[in-house]
Amino acid sequence: MARWKFDQAVAWLAAILLPLLSGSAAALPASNMPRGVTEISREVYGLHMLIFWICVAIGVVVFSAMLYSIIRHRRSRGYKAAQFHESTTVEILWTIAPFVILVAMAIPATNTLIAMDDTSDPDMTIKITGYQWKWHYDYLDHKIDFFSTLSTPRSQIFNQEAKGENYLVEVDNEVVVPIDKKIVLLMTSNDVIHSWWVPELAVKRDALPGFINQVWTRIDEPGVYRGQCTELCGRDHGFMPVVVRAVEQAEFDKWVQRQKSGGQGQQVSQAGL
Amino acid sequence: MSAVPHDDHHHEQHPYWIKRWLFTTNHKDIGTLYLWFAMIMFFVGGAMAMIIRTELFQPGLQFVDPQFFNSMTTLHALVMIFGVIMPAFTGLANWLVPMMVGAPDMALPRMNNWSFWILPFAFAMLLSTLFMEGGAPAGGWTMYPPLSLQTGAAFPFLIFSIHFLGLASIMGAINVIATILNMRAPGMSLMKMPLFVWTWLITAYLIIAVMPVLAGAVTMMLTDKFFGTSFFNAAGGGDPVLFQHIFWFFGHPEVYILILPSFGVISSIVPTFSRKPLFGYSSMVYATASIAFLSFIVWAHHMFTVGMPLGGLLFFMFATMLIAVPTGVKVFNWVATMWRGSLTFETPMLFAIAFIVLFSIGGFSGLMLAIVPADFQYQDTYFVVAHFHYVLVPGSVFAILAAVYYWLPKWTGHMYNESLGKWHFWLSAIFVNLTFFPMHFVGLAGMPRRIPDYALQFADYKMLISVGAFGFGLAQLLFLYIVVQTIRGGERATSQVWDGARGLEWTLPSPPPYHTFETAPVVK
Ligand code: HEM
Ligand SMILES: [Cu+2]
Ligand SMILES: [Cu+2]
Repeated sequence: MARWKFDQAVAWLAAILLPLLSGSAAALPASNMPRGVTEISREVYGLHMLIFWICVAIGVVVFSAMLYSIIRHRRSRGYKAAQFHESTTVEILWTIAPFVILVAMAIPATNTLIAMDDTSDPDMTIKITGYQWKWHYDYLDHKIDFFSTLSTPRSQIFNQEAKGENYLVEVDNEVVVPIDKKIVLLMTSNDVIHSWWVPELAVKRDALPGFINQVWTRIDEPGVYRGQCTELCGRDHGFMPVVVRAVEQAEFDKWVQRQKSGGQGQQVSQAGL
Repeated sequence: MSAVPHDDHHHEQHPYWIKRWLFTTNHKDIGTLYLWFAMIMFFVGGAMAMIIRTELFQPGLQFVDPQFFNSMTTLHALVMIFGVIMPAFTGLANWLVPMMVGAPDMALPRMNNWSFWILPFAFAMLLSTLFMEGGAPAGGWTMYPPLSLQTGAAFPFLIFSIHFLGLASIMGAINVIATILNMRAPGMSLMKMPLFVWTWLITAYLIIAVMPVLAGAVTMMLTDKFFGTSFFNAAGGGDPVLFQHIFWFFGHPEVYILILPSFGVISSIVPTFSRKPLFGYSSMVYATASIAFLSFIVWAHHMFTVGMPLGGLLFFMFATMLIAVPTGVKVFNWVATMWRGSLTFETPMLFAIAFIVLFSIGGFSGLMLAIVPADFQYQDTYFVVAHFHYVLVPGSVFAILAAVYYWLPKWTGHMYNESLGKWHFWLSAIFVNLTFFPMHFVGLAGMPRRIPDYALQFADYKMLISVGAFGFGLAQLLFLYIVVQTIRGGERATSQVWDGARGLEWTLPSPPPYHTFETAPVVK
């Protein structure tokens, strides 16, 4: 029946290594979770890489054993089957070992989770409300509020015009926040469930109609951070981005002043929550 | 063991077409119907996937309206889960469980007929919504309110087709349980049953436990929409998150309903082509049972971002991580079975090996998803899409393909074309990775799932993924061809078929007579 074939072995190797190789070749476009710009986001990134490498290590051990068997224990090489089976020692070992690894992973994960959960003592609070299909931001401490809507022109979406650099992740009114301040975000929704996500802040939380969720963030680098709605919310779910602009406190204060005097094209919303 | 096929000639006559297929109570005919139904729905659901991948080939909106795109993702999932994987497993159970436990037929043959024939009607109803005012359901297969309450005329049809699908699977499950518990041949104690039978027994209990929960959830939604209740409406004192809890209390065991029978299939195939008994039979049984138990206490890992208290998050994180232990036991067992075997690589074995490797990759990403702080980043992105496709496509689907290649010679009496089978395997294995592996990357880089258009940074991978998907889709046409060719003719299969195969079904001639084991075999 099936003979030892060199090309088959190569194909096997390829099938197993290809995913790994493509992983390293993927230096090209963004292919990994961003490290982010908050302490929490870097912890989350660390956790992500930790579990990833643990999985890779387990995978390498298990798949190499299998590959060895596939190459060496073939009938076509005249290999005779051993008839061993059932070994309580081995079974106990391969139940305990993963368990220990899991505990080792659970400890740092629990610590990060506890830190993420602590929304006490904020420096400022923003209430975010999801709408089909835009976000409404309400700076509770500054009495500023506005809607933030996708600003990519329809002509780009319908391919009548070249797409801009920030295609689909640009908005008319950005959420401007100060750096190095603990900001609590209150999430809710006006209609269906949405979810507010900015990868670089490692903040994602559902916006539920009739309920309020709390998360917090403290950004430590000025910059523009882009994200999207991540809960299917109807026809234009793909078209309600989130853009956060983190600035120095002084610049933030100036922005607040401008907002209050209604300048810079930032409209105060009709909703007036 | 000895098989005494009862060849009283009038039993061999079966009525013609309509009468045979419509009124049949024969487990083999019903198994065949289920398998063909699954095959057809595989191409229907596949066509929807191709529409999705065509729209996603390039950034921008090219071919379909976003609303229709959402309908496609919704229906694609419902078709693949309820129309392909579940019926295919039920088809395998119909064909194999009686032959494996030494029974003449399923315990409840008339109900068996009914449970199959409900399916085509349920799906006709579901798919007819494509032509209704307001379009087909577009709120995702998870049907979260309030969004899914925005569905137009299709809404009640969606709910009722879910009811019918649930009904059909519950009846199928009752039948499997009744057959396994009552109709085993003398000497076939529970701990002697083939693992396929064991995994199906446990799956059947899961189905009976959770399908009514789904039915309850969608019925509550129905009354919310039409009869003024507010189960899920905060304005009326309800809670939209309640739906998610109920849905996933069904949904998580459901994903095990979609995978446990594959564990049974792989546990049959690997020993055969390793010519070596399964390494740890009883630990496989216990692992399956523990997975089933754990599946009831991990549901909220699908909704970590919904805003749960810390204690809840921690509980569901730990419970979910625990699932990796019995899952690991399974994988280690298969590898230990291959270890120092005398391996050959016929098509079923190739699919089984690919299953073990690629399913493990899905298990790894599952473990990553269980880590709550990291899941906040993964949730509802393409990383999750990659995860569940790894466990479902090179997982469940590969197991079904492996099963078909493995038992097709038994069912038809003909060997399939081995070199075409290998072609089918290699094309599937390569394209499946090309399709689903890069999804991990786009997900990590920040692409949400269920969107018809995306930012430019994802464009390269998206194109690659689409190419992979088209390739995978085309490769499955080859499978259809191989199956038809095998049914029509080919080298005659012996009753043993595979020299390393063990079990009652291999004591029967290939193809087995219409009625088998009318006198029960004795298992020592
Ligand atoms: C080691 C075993 C596994 C673990 C730890 C695991 C964990 C998870 C987690 C945590 C999620 C939620 C991800 C999110 O939405 O953020 C998830 C999603 C999912 N998993 Fe798994 N999983 C495992 C195995 C499986 C298997 C065997 C299947 C099916 C055959 C499966 C099918 C799915 C599906 C369909 C979803 C997505 C559902 C949806 O949102 O539509 N998983 N898994
Ligand atoms: Cu959305
Ligand atoms: Cu789950």
